[in-house]
Amino acid sequence: MQIYLPIAETSVNAFTLLGVGGGVGVLSGMFGVGGGFLITPLLFFIGVPPAVAVATGVNQVVASSISGVLAHLKRKTVDLRMGTVLLIGGLIGSLVGIWFFNLMSRLGQIDLIVQLSYVIFLGIIGALMLQESLRALLRSKNPNAARRKLHTHIWVHNLPMKMKFRTSGLYISVFPPLLVGVGVGILAAIMGVGGGFVLVPAMIYLLGMPTKVVIGTSLFQVTFVAAFTTMMHAVTNQSVDVMLAIFLILGGVIGAQVGTRIGLKLPAEQLRILLALLVLAVCAKIAFDLLWTPSEFYSISVKGRF
Amino acid sequence: MRVVLALFLLLAALPLRAEEVIVGLSQNRVSLTVNFEGSEILIFGAVRREMALPEDSALDVIVAIEGPPQQATIWRKARRAGIWVNTEGQEVRAAPSFYAVATTGPLSEILSADADLTHRISTRLAIFEARSGVDRTDPAAFTEALIRIREAEGLYQQRESTVDLQRDTLFSTRLTLPKTIVEGSYAARIFLLRDGDVIDEFETFIDVRKAVLERWLTNLAYDQPFLYGLLALFLAVFFGWGASALFRFLRS
Repeated sequence: MQIYLPIAETSVNAFTLLGVGGGVGVLSGMFGVGGGFLITPLLFFIGVPPAVAVATGVNQVVASSISGVLAHLKRKTVDLRMGTVLLIGGLIGSLVGIWFFNLMSRLGQIDLIVQLSYVIFLGIIGALMLQESLRALLRSKNPNAARRKLHTHIWVHNLPMKMKFRTSGLYISVFPPLLVGVGVGILAAIMGVGGGFVLVPAMIYLLGMPTKVVIGTSLFQVTFVAAFTTMMHAVTNQSVDVMLAIFLILGGVIGAQVGTRIGLKLPAEQLRILLALLVLAVCAKIAFDLLWTPSEFYSISVKGRF
Repeated sequence: MRVVLALFLLLAALPLRAEEVIVGLSQNRVSLTVNFEGSEILIFGAVRREMALPEDSALDVIVAIEGPPQQATIWRKARRAGIWVNTEGQEVRAAPSFYAVATTGPLSEILSADADLTHRISTRLAIFEARSGVDRTDPAAFTEALIRIREAEGLYQQRESTVDLQRDTLFSTRLTLPKTIVEGSYAARIFLLRDGDVIDEFETFIDVRKAVLERWLTNLAYDQPFLYGLLALFLAVFFGWGASALFRFLRS
């Protein structure tokens, strides 16, 4: 069954869409990842124009993180003060990202920029994930291995304008969280992702936040930044396709429920290796398209379309 | 005397023009609904003739369907630092979003170059290149690429010898509008030809419109982008939160 997408102005198979949403939903339920970094490139592969894929991907992030953030708010595992600082950074970053996105669209380079960002970030997180899960596998066999120190102070924490973050038990400069927020906002606008894959490690290793509030606080920031970015894409370049979003969201929420069940029954830590390999495979596919001599050297960009 | 002679010649010449084309379409509305997968249009017609059938020349029919024009940029890739990047762009002032030509015979044989220029029938002449930026060595390569890419997508079609002409009177052909067509008014032009020249022409329109919901969403997205953004967020929150609330309810 084909579904006509009114903004993308093409039709795609409804089951393929539900499959993409559902498949990524299963992964996000199993591993607690947002999945935006897989949805957007998968949409490229099925023929959705990159600009629409990015803007709609970020809309889908709102749907996949909203119930999580509500649950964490109820459990009081959100550092609202830190979340707000990260969010302010995120909104600034999103504005910068949107400006850059629209500039590159006009110059006919947006497809390249989006693809390059994906190659770089999927490559890095795929490699880190693989390394981390292999290490975890080794550690489980050797329980006496050295463990990381809980909290270390590094020079970035001593920048001016220190602020007290009571929930996280931190007294650090506002600049590191603000800059982390900006970076995540830029990624959200250009790549159509929530940015949790950058935010969570940055909160743990760079800001030194306690793990108990990391997930809730990152979801808090991601949800609002994604919502803001969706609005910005809708207002500045009209590339959000709600028809596409509904199918992705429906597939995603059902998939996430299935994924959570699977995650409880299967050894998720070991399956994480598979997720890492999947991320690297998507990265390799995009890189291949950029490096391989194309069969068609020309492309058309129509004014007012994607 | 001269006037009388001219009149006489004109009258004598009239029967040659006395072949007229009458056309019907299987549909003159195409609706881009939720499950739109493309559409096939049957174009049929007859030749009304108030003279004896000329035996010294053959009758030919050309059907051309043209979608709304678009301004576009054609990009050419080149290798930069190992990756393929759009390096050169060529503007096109107006290129039809869809263009299909169906004929009774090879286009080069049934249509003279002059008639093609006057009526802009072949695909190449339906595209208006921008006159600026022609300092390039090969501006034609960009237009050729445009035609090649759109032919591969089924948006440009040159279907020679696909018009079925029976007893020099009845003709019919089928053309496929692919799923990627845009909204707008599609001009269907039907030409009657003898000896490479157009002897009669008929024009009608096919209206391609998004269906009610799709139309409403597109209008909202472009006219009220802020409201549209809010709608997108509302749907995301509603389905994202609603679904997990539903699953919690089902489990308990």
